Amino acid sequence: MGKEIYMKKTASDRLNIFLFLLPGLILFIGILIAPIFLSGYYSLFNYNAVSGEMSFIGFDNYKEMFSSNAIGFMKALGNSLLLAALSVFLQLPLSLGLALVLGKGIKGERIFLSVYFMPVLISTVVIGQLFLKIYNPSYGILNIVLEKLSIISADNHPIWLGNKNTALIACFIPTLWQYVGYHMLLMYAGVKSVPIELREAAMLDGATSGQVNRYIVLPYIKSIIKISVIFAITGSLKSFDLIYVLTNGGPLHATEVPSTIMIEMLFQRNRYGMGSAIAVMLIALCFVFALIVNKIFREED
Amino acid sequence: MAIGKKKSSSNEFESKVYSKKMTPGKVVIYILLLFWLFINIFPIYWMFTFSLKSNEEIFGANVAGLPNEWLWSNYSRAMNTGSMGVYFLNSVIVAVVTILITLIAALMATYAITRFKWKGSKPMNSFFMLGLTIPIHASIVPIYVILINLKLTNSLTALIVPYSAFSLAMAILICTGFMIEIPYELDESASIDGCNRWGIFFKIICPLMKPAVSTVGIYTFLQCWNELMFANIFNSKEEYKTLPVGIQGLSGAYTTDWGPIGAALAVATFPMLFVYIFLSRRIQDSFIAGAVKG
Repeated sequence: MGKEIYMKKTASDRLNIFLFLLPGLILFIGILIAPIFLSGYYSLFNYNAVSGEMSFIGFDNYKEMFSSNAIGFMKALGNSLLLAALSVFLQLPLSLGLALVLGKGIKGERIFLSVYFMPVLISTVVIGQLFLKIYNPSYGILNIVLEKLSIISADNHPIWLGNKNTALIACFIPTLWQYVGYHMLLMYAGVKSVPIELREAAMLDGATSGQVNRYIVLPYIKSIIKISVIFAITGSLKSFDLIYVLTNGGPLHATEVPSTIMIEMLFQRNRYGMGSAIAVMLIALCFVFALIVNKIFREED
Repeated sequence: MAIGKKKSSSNEFESKVYSKKMTPGKVVIYILLLFWLFINIFPIYWMFTFSLKSNEEIFGANVAGLPNEWLWSNYSRAMNTGSMGVYFLNSVIVAVVTILITLIAALMATYAITRFKWKGSKPMNSFFMLGLTIPIHASIVPIYVILINLKLTNSLTALIVPYSAFSLAMAILICTGFMIEIPYELDESASIDGCNRWGIFFKIICPLMKPAVSTVGIYTFLQCWNELMFANIFNSKEEYKTLPVGIQGLSGAYTTDWGPIGAALAVATFPMLFVYIFLSRRIQDSFIAGAVKG
């Protein structure tokens, strides 16, 4: 009621609305919106920002991006989609399992939750450097443990990050390690928000713990799972930090992702047009995947 | 097998509600939980131990135990070779100023969107929410070109402005959640007392937004504290490097000497974890608010 009376429009309100929005709009339009269009514009040029050369070439950058093996965009895109699939089908189920167990109320719940979330707070560069040491062929803790367990022999230590068959998986493991806790926390918050009456009612009807999870909890936290899936997929498409620290796309481009190619185009080859084209493609892909996930979850209803 | 498993988990659910008895199912769950706990803690523990060891210990004599000889000199070597102190300070300055700018812009915009009645408020909100899905890559080339032209590469401003812009959408989302909870009667009575829109904003709304301020602050802090791509590209001079870039460079300087790298990693990590011990619930709530309020 009070809202209706108070919210009468006055002449000076127009100006006030504008002034209150101004700082946000300047930042948002200046740094996010305008650059998207500028990137789109640059992507139509053969452009070297250092020398200032700029010549219009239409969609040639995009054609080259999708067809050239030398640039390797398709391979990089495939890699990032593989990372996305691993996140969705390995990382998220693990997070969900932990969230369901902890959310049901178990002794030590808070301690488990807090420790599982801890890696999220550590800088990705630190995690990358740490895993470089863990994976170190001669002295890394991974090979030493595997040798102690007689899984590998002392004179034949695998070079996890240097072998093109294992490098991408080796890059995925630290991501899994870092972000399981993040998704778990979101899902845990969802599980905790399920009204206790719903659980009790189902239980009195003789539902098992698994059935309660399947028919009560999961539908209840569907919107959170959707957000996690979107974050996992777009996060994989955009992935950069960890790959940059661990392999920088190597060996032999085995772990290249779109972002590493984009950076290479920009700062090693001064191809700002091509770099922009890759950036535009990434924005579009993130957007499209978010829409697809939204649609899949809506059809589930 | 499957049936047996189901039975034990149902027992376990009942025992949870009706008694505190340990069942076999519960034991299995605890073993798995403890195993994952170990997986989470061990790399950090290992990092801490090798930050205090010599190469001989790390490479064979004492791989995973506590150091035989605690080499605190690794820490002084890390601090002296690179400029860890400078990187740390830069990261703090960037984070704090980014949080301030983000908060001011977000609080003002949220106020315009939620406390004024106008046709454009919903579309304006949706417009800002676009920022949640736009990756930071979107602006890398244009901003780099502008920075070169303005000769602003190698400055903290080159990071603060983009970080603020990219934190804005989440900040508005969080602020909106809190601001719509504030009763409109407060604005109304202040208005009757002769307070104008700006007075209401500063005297009534802002003081009541403290929980939102801490949530936005924590969330934004971690975003810019860890950012690598922009920091790596825009600032190449030692005196403007942030912590992630600095550590990356330091590891290049000490490729074979593990102790000082471990020390640098520890310096970048443990202050954060120390704060987390005391504020764990607050920090967790910030992440939940960020993702779930959407």
